[in-house]
Parts: sequence; C-alpha cells; structure tokens
Amino acid sequence: MMKQSLLSVRGIAIAIMLLLLALLPVYSHATGNIFALTLFTRILIYALAAASLNLIMGFGGMMSFGHAAYLGIGGYAVGILAHEGIASGFVQWPVAIAVSALFALVIGALSLRTRGVYFIMITLAFAQMAYYIAAGMARYGGDDGLTIYKRSDFAGLINLSDKVQFYYLCFVLLLAAIYLIYRIVNSRFGMVVQGARSNEKRMQAIGFPTYRYQLTCFVIAGTLCGIAGALLANNTDFVSPAIMYWTRSGDLMVMVILGGMGSLFGPVFGAIVLLVLEELLSQFTEYWQIILGPMLLLIVLFARGGIDGMLGRRTHD
Amino acid sequence: MTDALLQVKNLSKRFGGIVATDDLSLDVRQGELHALIGPNGAGKTTLITQLTGQLTPDSGAVLFAGEDISSLPAYQRSQLGLARSFQITSLFLDMTALDNVALAVQAHAGHSFRFWAPARGEAELRDPARAALARVGLGERMNVRAAAMSHGEHRLIEIAMALAAKPRLLLLDEPMAGLGPEESARMVTLLRELKRDYAVLLVEHDMEAVFALADRITVLVYGRAIATGAPDAIRANEDVKRAYLGEQKAVTRHG
Ligand SMILES: Nc1ncnc2c1ncn2[C@@H]1O[C@H](COP(=O)(O)OP(=O)(O)O)[C@@H](O)[C@H]1O
Ligand SMILES: [Mg+2]
Repeated sequence: MMKQSLLSVRGIAIAIMLLLLALLPVYSHATGNIFALTLFTRILIYALAAASLNLIMGFGGMMSFGHAAYLGIGGYAVGILAHEGIASGFVQWPVAIAVSALFALVIGALSLRTRGVYFIMITLAFAQMAYYIAAGMARYGGDDGLTIYKRSDFAGLINLSDKVQFYYLCFVLLLAAIYLIYRIVNSRFGMVVQGARSNEKRMQAIGFPTYRYQLTCFVIAGTLCGIAGALLANNTDFVSPAIMYWTRSGDLMVMVILGGMGSLFGPVFGAIVLLVLEELLSQFTEYWQIILGPMLLLIVLFARGGIDGMLGRRTHD
Repeated sequence: MTDALLQVKNLSKRFGGIVATDDLSLDVRQGELHALIGPNGAGKTTLITQLTGQLTPDSGAVLFAGEDISSLPAYQRSQLGLARSFQITSLFLDMTALDNVALAVQAHAGHSFRFWAPARGEAELRDPARAALARVGLGERMNVRAAAMSHGEHRLIEIAMALAAKPRLLLLDEPMAGLGPEESARMVTLLRELKRDYAVLLVEHDMEAVFALADRITVLVYGRAIATGAPDAIRANEDVKRAYLGEQKAVTRHG
C-alpha cells in the first residue's frame, strides 16, 4: 500500500511531511529558531509512541488505555541507571527494551483474557499502578521525579547532547519503527492480528489460537514505546511519574485516532497536530484545553478516518 | 460399511434439560451427499459443532476415515480434512474476499509467527484461495471488500473458506439460508458440482434443494434420527410426514 499510493494526494502529503521533518534542523539552524527544533524533537518521540500504540489499537483492535506506562518504564530505565552511575547507552537502552517487553508480557497476558471495556480498564489500572510505584520510589525522586545529569553515552558513536544529532536519531528511529510496523502488518502475523480485530470468533473457528498472536503484538508495541520512553528521558533530562499518568495515555490515544486508526503515518500526523495545537493555543490562553477538546471531538466525529482519512485513505468499517 | 468416511456412533449431548443429540448414529460415505433435515431446534447445528470438535459430546464416538477422532481438538480435525461452513455468515467484512479465503488457507499452513514477508505476495496462500473463489464462481469478485458484497456472495465466500482448508468432508450448515430464488439455484448448481469431489453433510431447510441433491437423507427430530434413507423412501415415510414434512411450511419460515 505504501507503493501504490505514492502519487495520490495522500502519498504527496506524506512525502511533503517527511521532507519537512527531514529539513527542520536546517531551517532551525538558518533562522536560529531553536524552539522549533525542541518542539519537533518532542513530536517525533510522541509520534513513535503513538505509532506503537497504533499497532495494537489501530491494526489489532486492542484498545489499551495504559500505553504511557511504557514511556515511563523506558524513561526510568535510563534515569535509574544514570542515577546509579551507569551512563552507557549500550546498557541503558537494552535494559529499557527488556523491561518494557517484560512489563508488556505480564500486562498483556492478564489483560488479553478480557475484551472491550474490561480490557480498557485493566490496561488503565496497570498503568496507574506503575505511576504510583514510580511516585513511591523515594530513592529516585518519588513524586518530584528524577533529574538525569548525563545523557545516554554511546561511546562517541552519536552524541545525544547535540540537538541536531538527537533530532535525527529520533527521526530515524521513527521511520525505522514505521517500516517495521509496515512489514509486520502485511506479514502472515499481521494478517492474523488484523483478522482477530475484524472477527475474532471466526479466527478461532478456522483454527487460529488468537491469544498468543495478540500477546506477541502487544509485547512488540510495548517494547517500541519503551524506546520512545528512553528517548523522552534523554530529551528532557528528566523523568517523573507524570510521564505515565492516564492523561498521557489518553494523549497517545488521541494522536492515533486523530491521525487515523490503522494508518501507517497517521500517528505522525496525529502527534504533529495535537502537539502543535497545544503549543499554539497555550500561547493565547491558559484555558487552551477547553478549546482543544471540542476541536478534537469534531475531527473525530466528522472525519472518521482521522487526518489520513481526510487525505483519501480508505478505512475499514 | 467399509466406505464410510464419517461415522457417528451413539452420540448424545444435553444442555441442561434439553436433549440436543439423542443417541444419534449416522454415516457419510465416500462421494456421498448426505442431507440432514429436521425442524428448528432439532439439533442439526449442535451435531455439526460436535463433529468439528468445537463442542464435546456427553457420550458416543466420531470416526473419520476409520480413525476415532472423538478426543481430537478442532484444529486437528480440520487438518484431517473436516471443514464446516456456518449457518450465520461470519466473515472479515473489512477485508477483500481474497483476503478472507487466504486467511482460511493460512490457518492450515503452519504457525503464523512470520513477521517479515508480505503475506499477500505468497503464492502458497493466494493460489489456493483464488482457486477456491473461482470454484464458487467469485473469481471476478476476489478483490472486492466483503462488506460491499451481497448476502448471496457472502454465503459463497463461506463455502470457499471451507474449500480452502483442503477438506475431504464438507459440513455445510444451511448454505441457502436467506438466499433469493436465483441465488438458491446458483447454490444448488454449485453443490451439485462440489458433490463430485467431496463427501458432503448438508444441513438445509430448502426441501426442493435437499431432494434434488441428496443421495441419502436423515431426518432429525429432538436430537434423534427418526429415519435415514434415499429421498424417495424418506418422502414416503409415514413418521417423517407426520413429524416434519407436513409442517414444512411453518418450519422454513423460521429458517
Ligand atoms: N450452547 C447451547 N446451550 C444451551 N442450549 C443450546 C446450545 N446450543 C443449542 N442449544 C439448544 O439445543 C437445541 C438444538 O439446537 P440447534 O442444534 O441449534 O438446532 P438446529 O440447528 O437444528 O436448529 C435447541 O433447543 C437449542 O436451543
Ligand atoms: Mg441450526
């Protein structure tokens, strides 16, 4: 689907967006607008987190309301190791990935025994649990969070303290994640996951043990989001329980729905629109949420396929 | 009876006070189309569900090609060659007809923990799916999304999905339910063709179709087989007339 649509409105919109994202550091360097670079670094990281949520929510039909938990787990893996004097990214990042995967395995194994509202509530409950555990870790700042004094050290391979290098790392990881998701959803595995979203009973009747495929998908998504968490902690030089709060999970869901559920680049559009609007509106008024809320509601109600739907993507229904 | 592909021996199933299957024995021979008729609630669907292994009988045995498959799980039975279609259409509506059937092929092509190669490019999955769709007459409609297709076409996709499992025995649960006269005629033609290649156990309310297609007919009432025989014998059978054929109109209206 990636290839066929390159010349459509949608293909062009995606190409332009990627080009602008690729050139943003150049613009920022030329104009001295550091703020744009900072904002868009954050956008890329949230786009990665939203893309990972889209894998289970958009393609898999698993409405996880606790996805921000992995942002926190990835972030705390980096923060705690840094705090304990282990600054090497070659240690921090594999740990972030492994712990996220393990957490997703446990949460998924339990919550995937339920469906619908129960699934939403259980994933939410686990994320809130992670939030309170983090808030209770007195050694690591508790409620106030943990400052990271030194960014992940990749032994000269890449310097995360360099804003431009860090931006491009986020950009490349985002593209890699989207490509990975593209391969996954079109593979046999992806067909099973999407079949289960479409009609799970029928999948079981024709002989697919859907649970183990859904669980695997859930773990992949959690792991990808854990990487976004490691990036986010490095970006802010700080990690706190707030990163896992349920409103953050809600933001990720909004990005996915806004961009278009089950659309490869939808989460990128969703993250850009949500975070840019948030930024703009908050400059005009401190009540920006009162304006943003209804706006999002309108987009979701009237453009059912989200932004990618407006661009002409056919959605499943 | 050496040429019996499927043998059901003294099968019983109760749901609380309801006896859905009552000491039922029947067989389907190689190359035979065996029709199972009976009023609503007679236990026809329940029997099929026990044959495929989705429901466990209280007692009795099911033999397939001489082998006792009573304790095999559903997926192993389907690997041996038992395939069913569903009375109530249940498809992947947001996917194309070809994707629907290809998933049925994939279910029988080993595990699906393959994350990289594009499934839609795999001849191993697509070719049998295309063949099955062509077989039911949907060759031109493969790339249409199921949601955009008619009920009659959905029934045909159901059959194509059963065929995709490389079955030896087809268990068809009311394939004509809800079809208009023209679509029914098309389905009868298709079933007549399929009958040449597969043994079929056909549950159907459409008596005209049943008497036109069946080699043998079993009449089920309250889970019990009250008669089995050639169509002419069934038509002439007094018990059957009393229990079922006389009230056929009332029954088909429900179906
Ligand atoms: N899962 C179930 N639980 C309880 N009763 C059931 C169940 N499935 C079927 N029955 C009952 O068993 C009887 C046979 O049903 P069914 O096999 O669907 O009949 P048919 O397909 O011949 O119309 C009916 O009385 C039905 O209500
Ligand atoms: Mg029935």
